Amino acid sequence: MVAVEVSELVVRYGSLVAVDGTSFTCGAGEVVALLGVNGAGKTTTMSVLEGLRRPDGGSVSVLGLDPWTERARVTAQQGVMLQDGGLPPAARADDLMRLYGSLHRAETGDLLEAVGLTERRRTPVRRLSGGERQRLSLALALVGRPKVLFLDEPTSGVDVAGRATIRELIAERRAAGGAVIVTTHELDEARKTADRLVIIDRGRVVAAGTADELEREAAPDRLRFAAASGLDVVALSDLLGGHASEIAPGEYEVAVAPTPPTVAALTAWLAERDIPLGDLRAGRQGLEEVFLRLTSEER
Amino acid sequence: MSLRRVLAMARYDLGAAARNGEQLLLVLGIPVLLLAFLANVDVLPTGDGEPIDFLAPGIIALAVLSTAMTNLAISTGFDREYGFLVRLGVTPLSRVELLAAKVLVVLVELVVQLAVLLPLSLALGWDPSWDALLVVVAAVALGAIAFGAVGFLLAGTLRGLVVLAAANALYVVLLLIGGMVIDLDELPDAIAEVAQLLPTAALAGVLRDAFADRATDGRDWLVLVLWSIAAPPVAARLFRWAPR
Repeated sequence: MVAVEVSELVVRYGSLVAVDGTSFTCGAGEVVALLGVNGAGKTTTMSVLEGLRRPDGGSVSVLGLDPWTERARVTAQQGVMLQDGGLPPAARADDLMRLYGSLHRAETGDLLEAVGLTERRRTPVRRLSGGERQRLSLALALVGRPKVLFLDEPTSGVDVAGRATIRELIAERRAAGGAVIVTTHELDEARKTADRLVIIDRGRVVAAGTADELEREAAPDRLRFAAASGLDVVALSDLLGGHASEIAPGEYEVAVAPTPPTVAALTAWLAERDIPLGDLRAGRQGLEEVFLRLTSEER
Repeated sequence: MSLRRVLAMARYDLGAAARNGEQLLLVLGIPVLLLAFLANVDVLPTGDGEPIDFLAPGIIALAVLSTAMTNLAISTGFDREYGFLVRLGVTPLSRVELLAAKVLVVLVELVVQLAVLLPLSLALGWDPSWDALLVVVAAVALGAIAFGAVGFLLAGTLRGLVVLAAANALYVVLLLIGGMVIDLDELPDAIAEVAQLLPTAALAGVLRDAFADRATDGRDWLVLVLWSIAAPPVAARLFRWAPR
């Protein structure tokens, strides 16, 4: 069941098009990560989903509702963690939890304990560390066991243990059938947290799928190696049966499957010319390389 | 509208205000100090008659100003600056409920202020007439609406620190020329003419007449009513929930 649907979404700030025809979905019991560099349009997309901004084009649907026109019904079922926190410095975790419990008509139970803030419940927000604020913000977003969670950069500034806690709580919500959309520019975190990744660049979705699918589809198998600069890449292409190029001085890439015969042919070719081989790498690109490739094209 | 959510928000705001020393100083400390000091030390030109008869209604008007405008502007302005208003906007609390909670907080603070200022004024020798109590309540309500709208206007259009500076500056200026502690007759004519059009002078004037069992000045009512009708739509139109 689709819990969140974004269809051809367009958002403009004056003449600047911040979101330019973005489309994706998130199902119940699924975690989707929106990935992109700063300014890609992730937070703007989230703000439309959260009902904070009216789209200039396209449509969004949260649990079958329009978050702008059916705000009251959506907010009762959603949990939101804003990028900038939005927590008053003088407020204490206890007071905020009590307020949120009343607003959602829900028990806040052991949420502070779940995020490891029991002993800091009477501490003003201004005296909490950045990671503690993020965890408090997540606890507030989880009040009322929302069916949809929107988490904008939830692990930003959070230490390793805090990240594990946040991942665990997200996984719990997913297991309970909740739909979770997370924005991040931390690829490792996205891979660990999300079922599917949606890569956004300049307001457009440039790729979507699981991390494995993205690595496979966005960057086919190839061979990379280091050797003396100025090799005859045309001859190398003919020999190996795939386009070879010198992507940086002394760094080569050949668009071929890295089979043993291909590697053997390459090493033999280098040996015939008495050229030392360095840093031979075979296989698919990592997620980071895929991301950089997808988000740096046309720049 | 959910009364439960309104009460929850109001309780949170009142708790935050009670823990905030600056807010307590503004809504209680300064009015109490001014009343006690100026009633005992004859340093201000307060017109003919007993200083306390002039001061007590003026200090009540000052209390309404400090709570409904200055305090509301500063607390709401910083909530806006910190993104708390936006955060509340993604909860089930509607904007109308948030506004209702703010109004409720102002009312509670006014009751607390009056519970302190009235006995103190009586102890200082004030002997008001209570015959026109309804007039007093109506005037305080109109004043609170007008000041509250100005408070929201400041909070919803300026950055947090600018709100703090502007609200405090306006408070000091109105304290001096708003007809609350200094008689308008003692001000230069040009300033007095402008001051007569301020809601502070109008509120203080109505309160003085009402507590003295005199017929209230029609011009004061007109000024008060006009401010309370004109200011809220302007505030509602210009208020922005998040800083640009």
